[in-house]
Amino acid sequence: MHSREQHRGFGFDWITIVLFLLLVGFGWLNIMSASHEGEIISYFDMSQLYGKHAVFIGLTFVLITLILSIEAKFYERFASVIYIIAMLALVGLFLFGKDVNGARSWYGIGSMTIQPSEFAKFATALALAKYMSDLQTDMNTIKDQLKAVGIIFLPAILILLQNDAGSTIVYASFFFVFYREGLQQIYLVIAITAIVLAVLALKFGILITAIVAAIVICCIYFFRRKKRVSIFQSIIILLVCVSFSAGVRMFYDHVLKPHQQNRISLWLRLEKDPIKLEKMKKEEAYNLIQSEQAISSGGLTGKGFMQGTRTTGKFVPEQETDYIFSTVGEEWGFLGSTLVVILFMALIIRVLFLAESQKSQFSRIYGYGVAAILFTHFTINIGMVMGLIPTVGIPLPFFSYGGSGLWGFTILLFIFIKLDSNKINEW
Amino acid sequence: MRKILLLFTVIIVGLLFISRLFYLQIYKKEAYSLFEDSAIKKEYNYPKRGYVYDRNGKLLVANQPSYDVMIIPREVEPLDTLEFCKLLKITKEDFIKKYNRAKSYSPRLPSPFVPQLSKKDYAVLQEKMRKFDGFYIQKRSLRDYQTTIGANVLGDLGEVNRRTIEKQPYYTLGDLIGKQGIELSYEDVLRGVKGIKFSQKDRFNKIIGPYKNGSFDTLPQPGKDIKITIDSELQKYGELLMTNKRGGIVAIDPTNGEILALVSGPSYNPNLLVGRDRSKNFTKLYRDSIAKPLFDRGLQAQYAPGSPFKVINALIGLQEGVITPQEKVTCRMGYYYGSRRLTGCHHHKSPVDMNAGIAQSCNAYFVTAYRKIIDKYPDAGNGMNTWADHAKSFGLGDYLGYDLPVGQKGRIPDGNYYDRAYGDNRWGSTYIVSNAIGQGEVEATPIQLANMAAAIGNRGYYYTPHIIKEIEGDTIPSKFTTRRETTIDRHHFEPVVQGMFDVYNKGTAATLRIPGIDICGKTGTAENFVKIDSVKTQLTDHSIFVAFAPKDNPKIAIAVFVENGYWGSRFAGRMASLMIEKYIKGEITRTDMEHWILTHSLENEYAKPYSGEPFKINGETTLQLVDKVEAPKDDDLNNSINVNTNKPKL
Repeated sequence: MHSREQHRGFGFDWITIVLFLLLVGFGWLNIMSASHEGEIISYFDMSQLYGKHAVFIGLTFVLITLILSIEAKFYERFASVIYIIAMLALVGLFLFGKDVNGARSWYGIGSMTIQPSEFAKFATALALAKYMSDLQTDMNTIKDQLKAVGIIFLPAILILLQNDAGSTIVYASFFFVFYREGLQQIYLVIAITAIVLAVLALKFGILITAIVAAIVICCIYFFRRKKRVSIFQSIIILLVCVSFSAGVRMFYDHVLKPHQQNRISLWLRLEKDPIKLEKMKKEEAYNLIQSEQAISSGGLTGKGFMQGTRTTGKFVPEQETDYIFSTVGEEWGFLGSTLVVILFMALIIRVLFLAESQKSQFSRIYGYGVAAILFTHFTINIGMVMGLIPTVGIPLPFFSYGGSGLWGFTILLFIFIKLDSNKINEW
Repeated sequence: MRKILLLFTVIIVGLLFISRLFYLQIYKKEAYSLFEDSAIKKEYNYPKRGYVYDRNGKLLVANQPSYDVMIIPREVEPLDTLEFCKLLKITKEDFIKKYNRAKSYSPRLPSPFVPQLSKKDYAVLQEKMRKFDGFYIQKRSLRDYQTTIGANVLGDLGEVNRRTIEKQPYYTLGDLIGKQGIELSYEDVLRGVKGIKFSQKDRFNKIIGPYKNGSFDTLPQPGKDIKITIDSELQKYGELLMTNKRGGIVAIDPTNGEILALVSGPSYNPNLLVGRDRSKNFTKLYRDSIAKPLFDRGLQAQYAPGSPFKVINALIGLQEGVITPQEKVTCRMGYYYGSRRLTGCHHHKSPVDMNAGIAQSCNAYFVTAYRKIIDKYPDAGNGMNTWADHAKSFGLGDYLGYDLPVGQKGRIPDGNYYDRAYGDNRWGSTYIVSNAIGQGEVEATPIQLANMAAAIGNRGYYYTPHIIKEIEGDTIPSKFTTRRETTIDRHHFEPVVQGMFDVYNKGTAATLRIPGIDICGKTGTAENFVKIDSVKTQLTDHSIFVAFAPKDNPKIAIAVFVENGYWGSRFAGRMASLMIEKYIKGEITRTDMEHWILTHSLENEYAKPYSGEPFKINGETTLQLVDKVEAPKDDDLNNSINVNTNKPKL
């Protein structure tokens, strides 16, 4: 049996691996463009970010070899241990962490920094898969649902407390996992309703939101004749909607920090006073404006590798990390950017496809988690860089500069590749 | 459903991203231009504009530095407007107006914000300029005229307009371009090529290095110096003589077509059209619709040439063999067709041969000759065409092709012209006899008349008049060195030249003789009319004079035209003679004549049509006397801020 697997390339899914390599390689070229200072003397110039990143990529292969050579069962068996270590690492940040840009997300070891939240993602995905695939877990009971949610909430809250709201949002991607594994439809309805209500409440105020909600509920009341909701239930639902809207409003006004308010305000175009708007744009949207301009100036074919004038002039702050996609836009144009979007789509869809083909529930749930996390990062990062969603600072997987991020995503993906290669042994 | 939710979402998001990319990069995108890229700083380096020298090497036009405050609206950051306005000496309203104007032109491209700062303002501003993002100072060079004369020839520079920029992308807003005179006609030679330096900026607008190692940068190429054919002494003298008169003087060197002097009165100091006051002063000159100081009367004033044109008819008559120099014509104070007098004449001896006909400017003689030319041919149309071809070979009736930007065609009517006016073949030589004496449909500009005089002086050829003498490191266009022949044989010129010589000896210009110089000339007097309150009103005749000297191998050919100067020798003749003496001898011996010109003004004559009162003309008027006019000193050229529009001193 093993010999046949070896003929097919150790049973690893080479499509996924090739997509991974393409993204990492293209990412590195763009980091080089975005970060180089002066002439490029050596690709491994350690005084420059692209040189460091080249080393990170080199170390990634060591990591991959390690992951792939460990027995697949190890990940399922030690999922809880890995999760506990990751959580301890997050807790430890409160004691030993280092503040960077107001977020206490890094450990400093000499000149190196390491960001445990990047590693918490795969740990959480493993733990969740382990818990949900356990024979004793029944996801139809509220109790077990809450326990599963708890596994997600623990790292999410720890990260939020460390002032890294962007990374916290990523944990919402596990909703897709729950849903795939049989979460009741009503939750999807509630989730979509909540998003719509939140946007309505912020954009048009509570009164209009309440009226819209009332009209919709009336419609449902009158047109749904088979399983009629009672008037009492309808009123309760309406009240919940209204209080939720009020809650969102309160949350926006009193809990969110001014810069977060501004980002949402700019996205929903809430500010009408042109002077305040101008000021807000200056303060909050500078990155976004620069990034959109850089992308836009690329045109169909882009200005060419290392030829982007806005990239060379470092007009887009954080361009080698969260805003790396704007480099692609400027230097590789519509063709290159579309290619990157398609590569990501292909990778996520491939992982989804593989996950569905898993025989073991653990592998399937984990695979789904991988796809969902990658998808969330992809959507939020590129959406933000192009001005489609409010500014949320999270990296683009495999693309953005940074060792922790690259390693975190590599581990996340390659554990799944290992699990997948082992599916033939599962019964 | 459960299995495809995420798949479905991934596809939706992917498509949404691709359409957003399409919107940003293809739909919304404007064509990329390095010049509009705000990440690239463009610094222009303006070359020295070529100097202008007169024919004797005297420097006429040099340069002076000037500093413009430029704006790139998109890069403007909130600033201390109060301080900025104070430094620039503008009001806040001005600031807003200028800002909006620049923004409406282009938010990305530089526009001049406050042009042409004084050196003092520049010094103060330069130190503080860093504080004002989106503004910078552009150094340029302005003209510095070393003289007060020749404004109509030298021309001036002005800011290039947007229409020109669209047609000639070399220019950018705020650039200076030749607007009139040689600055316009030799713009490409004088201008040079500006250099440009591209630098990569960072987001703080700080330069971090050259763009692509400077591979797109260019060095400025300096403009070429030119030498013009004008003799500045003669020009200055001509302008002095023209003071308090309106008209034009054109002097040409017949041996090569070089324009020695091109005077237009009234004139103005060329320094008025330099610097921050240019547009104010230009508007003032432009709006003066009475004196029209911007109207170059040497080139643009198209009038009936009057009697000087008679010599052309004499030459055509000889060439066509219809008259001989000896043939005599009786003059009974006019030309009679049957019992009808077609044209009048003044009192002189009769009968006259060609020599006396020219010397005495006898109308009857030339009408006879003219009718003989036309009637030689079976129909008047053919005759008229032949006549017109001869006349046109003297450079009349069409643009001469000289190298100054303004001009008029003049008019030499041909057969078609009268066919259109009277109907095909429904006219004959008697209809058009006015052409014989330079009235009627014939019209010419002073430069055409001067060129005609040159062609006669040369006995049958001329060179296209031109203003350019030398271009640094280049040759002048070959059309200015090509001899152009008239259709009249050389031997026919002698009797005509003799006649013109006798104009001075015993004819209408006998009082204008210059000792030691054989001048050949011809007086002219042209009737003219204006409309006053839509009533056609006759004004005092124009005084015209055409001459060349010396008689053999002439060195100067000249045409002088003085509006409402009455008869030919009265103003124009005196001025022509003085100009010839000045050019040939370098000094004036006929100081009596000079004194007369400098103490007589025609300003009262020019004021009449605007007085609203009825007025008298020609012989019934009296001449206005003024204090003797002094030549301006070259060293006080910058002080004469008043436009010399010759306001009447009553």
